[in-house]
Amino acid sequence: MTQWQGKLFPIDNYRWQIPRNYKEGMKVPGLIYASQEMMASICKEQTLEQVANVASLPGIVKYSLAMPDIHWGYGFPIGGVAAMDLEEGVISPGGVGYDINCGVRMLRTDLHENDVRPRIDRLINELYDNVPSGLGSEGKVKVSQKELKKLMVEGARRAIKLGMGFEDDIETTEENGCLGGADPEKVSDRAIKRGMPQAGTLGSGNHFLEIQAVEEIFDPHAASVMGISEIGQVLILIHTGSRGFGHQVCTDHLRVMEKAVIQYGIELPDRQLACAPINSREGKNYLAAMACAANYAWFNRQCIAHWTRESFCKVLGKSAEELGIRQIYDVAHNIAKIEEHVVGGQMMKVCVHRKGATRAFPPGHKDIPQRYKEIGQPVLIPGDMGRCSFIAAGTQKAMEETFGSTCHGAGRVLSRSAARRSISGRDVVHEMQKRNITIRTGDISSLAEEASLAYKDVTEVIDVVHQSGISRKIARTVPLGVIKG
Amino acid sequence: MVERAFETFDHTADAGIVAYGVNMRQLFTNAAMGLFNLVADTSSIEHKLERQVEIQDSDSENLLVAWLNELIYLFDAEQLLFSDFEIESLSGNCLKATCFGEKFDPAKHRLKTGVKAATYHMLKITTDSNGYRTRIIFDI
Repeated sequence: MTQWQGKLFPIDNYRWQIPRNYKEGMKVPGLIYASQEMMASICKEQTLEQVANVASLPGIVKYSLAMPDIHWGYGFPIGGVAAMDLEEGVISPGGVGYDINCGVRMLRTDLHENDVRPRIDRLINELYDNVPSGLGSEGKVKVSQKELKKLMVEGARRAIKLGMGFEDDIETTEENGCLGGADPEKVSDRAIKRGMPQAGTLGSGNHFLEIQAVEEIFDPHAASVMGISEIGQVLILIHTGSRGFGHQVCTDHLRVMEKAVIQYGIELPDRQLACAPINSREGKNYLAAMACAANYAWFNRQCIAHWTRESFCKVLGKSAEELGIRQIYDVAHNIAKIEEHVVGGQMMKVCVHRKGATRAFPPGHKDIPQRYKEIGQPVLIPGDMGRCSFIAAGTQKAMEETFGSTCHGAGRVLSRSAARRSISGRDVVHEMQKRNITIRTGDISSLAEEASLAYKDVTEVIDVVHQSGISRKIARTVPLGVIKG
Repeated sequence: MVERAFETFDHTADAGIVAYGVNMRQLFTNAAMGLFNLVADTSSIEHKLERQVEIQDSDSENLLVAWLNELIYLFDAEQLLFSDFEIESLSGNCLKATCFGEKFDPAKHRLKTGVKAATYHMLKITTDSNGYRTRIIFDI
């Protein structure tokens, strides 16, 4: 891999700038959040060139941003954030990614690690049987074409209407689990065909369901507002997205955008950045279809959360209320949203692309639930399955600097095949067993791709967002049991 | 005949293939073989069914991405695995092909990777005295 040789200046210990004059066509500078050590590793790939390429997109305002978990993607980097002026700006499906509204949902319980450890194998087996996962798996909710069109518009609420969950789940989901402007007419028949059998499935790759225990609490007050009160408390983390439905929506609309680029005379440094003006027919159609896929993902996570509750109730012989299973929050980390932000001293509406980045709104923001108004929006940052994950909260500084955005995870350092060459799936299982972590998966060999050594240490990523002030860390969790698709 | 049909390469979060061909038809065939080699163990795929595919797009690079995305769609929506391809016609913007394979059977086929899509990232078809070459990155 070639070392990146571009222009880069440190601003302080955690922020770096790529100046506007680095490359012809850049409309704004690049702003990257990373420590010195991380930057050395980031520069080993062409990731920062991608940050500079995004800075050339029409209508981009302030900065082309990169979070500390940034890694090389296609077109946009993963961990990139870009906001576009609604009048002059573009929307780019590549700035959202194929897995539209891939995201994370976290549930809290009144259980302690000591209650769960003796039953962890039973719990993991029950969850594995109850939540469809893995390559080629099909959902157990039978979704007709008519039903699919309803859930595209209603999102998580559709699952609740079908008896899977509570009103409280809606209140603690970004956008209340339903992104506006969804129009099923803008979704192709092929996306529908691909989406029907996969609704209510975890999927494969880096998607997972994890039973965790709280290991450290950094901010006891904010933690207690989220329902986290002690070390050892059991939490549940669900990571999945819009499955083949979202992938097909992205594929279909990228094909349209490829032509729109020529029609609107947009010059691009990489074809994967294909885009169209937000106000154009192509741009509006994509946003309407993307909202359908975002809602599909919220429906998906709602179903999986419901089956997770059911599994806990069955194994532990108590009701969800008795076990205190409630949702902390659900966040998207691959999405484009129309939001209001201050740009050049003026409040303006922009289209914020977050590709591998999480919304992190501050205390008091109108779009966060009443119960979190005082502490800021909960942010859920999964690490790799062998180490730890973090719960954080949004800050005013994120609002001022990053369009209310922060990191989304650990970020890969090794490619999947490099990980396979370094460790076998069986060794990963043994290592996890040594650490007392139970794992179930349909494909042991692919576990190697998700081994700890393939990822940055999420602790370093969190330190950067915490120290630079774009999020505040609240608690750290460790895995007790994992289901991998 | 080119010496190599395709090879895979690393890309941090994703996977890529380089495909070769003495002509465009062979390049498209080898790219499709490369794709299914990422998806599954192709040695276990028998020719039990065939499927006609017809695609149009603005140029041969777009056509290549559309072709691969069509195959990804057929696997994801209809669970069809293919291991051989006959390109009947291929002009600048139109492709007609027959794909040979069978329906995915969990008891028989080992799946390797979930491929979401073929991307346009750094997409290029190049040609030299040995024939054609292309490099495609898949989102996985």
